[in-house]
Amino acid sequence: MKEEFKVISKFIEEKSRVLDVGCGDGILMEYLLKNKVVDVRGLEISKEKVKKCLSKGLAVIEGDAENDLKQFPDLSFDYVILSQTLQAFMSPENVIENLLRVGKKVIVTIPNFGHWKVRLDLLLKGEMPVTKNLPYQWYNTPNLHMCTIQDFYNFCNNKRVNIYKSISLNGEKISNITTSNLKYKNLISELGIFLLEK
Amino acid sequence: MKNIIIEKTLKLDCGKEISNFPLAYETYGNLNEKKDNAILIFHALTGDQYASGINPITKKEGWWNYAVGPGKSFDTDKFFVICANVIGGCMGSYGPGTIDPLTNKPIGTNFPVITINDMVNAQYNLLDYLKIEKLFAVAGGSMGGMQVLQFVSNFPNKAKVALPIACTASHSAQNIAFNELGRQAIMSDSNWRDGLYDQKSTNPDKGLAVARMAAHITYLSKQGLQEKFGRNLQERSDLKFGFDADFQIESYLRYQGSVFVDRFDANSYLYITRAMDYFDLTKQYGGNLSKAFKNTKTKFFIISFTSDWLYPTSENKDIVIALNAIGADVGFVEIKTDKGHDSFLLDVPDFLSTIKNYLNTTYSNINERRI
Repeated sequence: MKEEFKVISKFIEEKSRVLDVGCGDGILMEYLLKNKVVDVRGLEISKEKVKKCLSKGLAVIEGDAENDLKQFPDLSFDYVILSQTLQAFMSPENVIENLLRVGKKVIVTIPNFGHWKVRLDLLLKGEMPVTKNLPYQWYNTPNLHMCTIQDFYNFCNNKRVNIYKSISLNGEKISNITTSNLKYKNLISELGIFLLEK
Repeated sequence: MKNIIIEKTLKLDCGKEISNFPLAYETYGNLNEKKDNAILIFHALTGDQYASGINPITKKEGWWNYAVGPGKSFDTDKFFVICANVIGGCMGSYGPGTIDPLTNKPIGTNFPVITINDMVNAQYNLLDYLKIEKLFAVAGGSMGGMQVLQFVSNFPNKAKVALPIACTASHSAQNIAFNELGRQAIMSDSNWRDGLYDQKSTNPDKGLAVARMAAHITYLSKQGLQEKFGRNLQERSDLKFGFDADFQIESYLRYQGSVFVDRFDANSYLYITRAMDYFDLTKQYGGNLSKAFKNTKTKFFIISFTSDWLYPTSENKDIVIALNAIGADVGFVEIKTDKGHDSFLLDVPDFLSTIKNYLNTTYSNINERRI
């Protein structure tokens, strides 16, 4: 988690306006406020988590990305962050479209379903994979639309979305993903972090 | 009773001007040396300046005693809390019950129709009097929340934090309808006499009690009523086949009506409900609510309640949307409770603790950044 925050924080320039979509308890927001001079807002669906954020004085509104992103004007944030929640939406396609409308740049992180452990689980056990990053069983998972780093690359290509930077996270190891090492990174990365622009 | 006489002329929205009029207020806690810990609280329709502790007039708990006091949400060990009785009210501020020195009788319906804007502008004078340059916060629920919105739009940088709770930017047809019901109940009481009743003898108590009973229903939720009263009978084992209060809910409403008339003036009820009905901040800004907050740096924290059907979440969210449209600093949460619109006045722990933490953290954040 710390590494993910480090990478996201590096992407973000000082004095920018940031929206954290699905901000949870606000720990990423706090991390950014501590390490950067930024104006950061949050959107969160869980009442309990929103209350926690507000108790910490964070500017968080209760709402969900599929309905409540509408209220933000075009390009009203320098960065919009979506950390490990894309797979939980009914329509990830619409959400990404809205993120790119609201933010000048968009940071998306995805748990990689292409990781070798995930592939092995299915191949050898013949069961839906359960890992550290994907701890749910098939019957109780909130993850409706799992994808791999390769899938996400293809999606961006099809939608003509520019991937500015893409980073692989494997344990504590941070490395760049390039078109030449994509197949390999798709096998060894637990998390993919992308900086996008329309 | 603390009050100031506002000498300065105040031009009302109706076009009339008033001056040399009284504004009654109360304060809790102490203003610190830096004068940066003041919070102005606005009361709702039937509130007054006695937000905390025991109201010296009614001898009952202040209307926001759950939220205001030492160690509470608005912690008076830390903050200097100010609350004034709105103009049009009946707890010492200029209102229809004020005695006209020319006739030696209450002003009654010769009192000008006032608006939320007029109430807020009148209270602004109190800050000058108390020599408060900048408020830490403005807060209020229901009509108090409307005053918060109006205050920030009139004085964009006078408060660092704004807490509009369970309110709206534009009074709905349903709310106007309920207010009209209350007013008609008062005006159909033969004691009302076109509003020129003499308070000392015969007041339109019956009409005012009915108004209060009807309004009280709108402050609660169906589920809350059902759980609290159900079809329970009042001190009887069976139905009496008459029109006495057979049911506990009837008895409860009658009681609420009867205690209300002891502390509230019927004409004030007419004037204040009218002010609420006229409130339409969106229209004041040409149909674009965002414009009301265009130049503000105030941090907003908006709260609604799941079971509040009088000022529902959707209307509170409209304010959030308008603020987000201009990139204002806004937090919003809908608190889960079955206590209806009244939730903001009651012991709703989630609500009270979130406000407390928000205010305390924000106060120290602002101060730390200043160093």
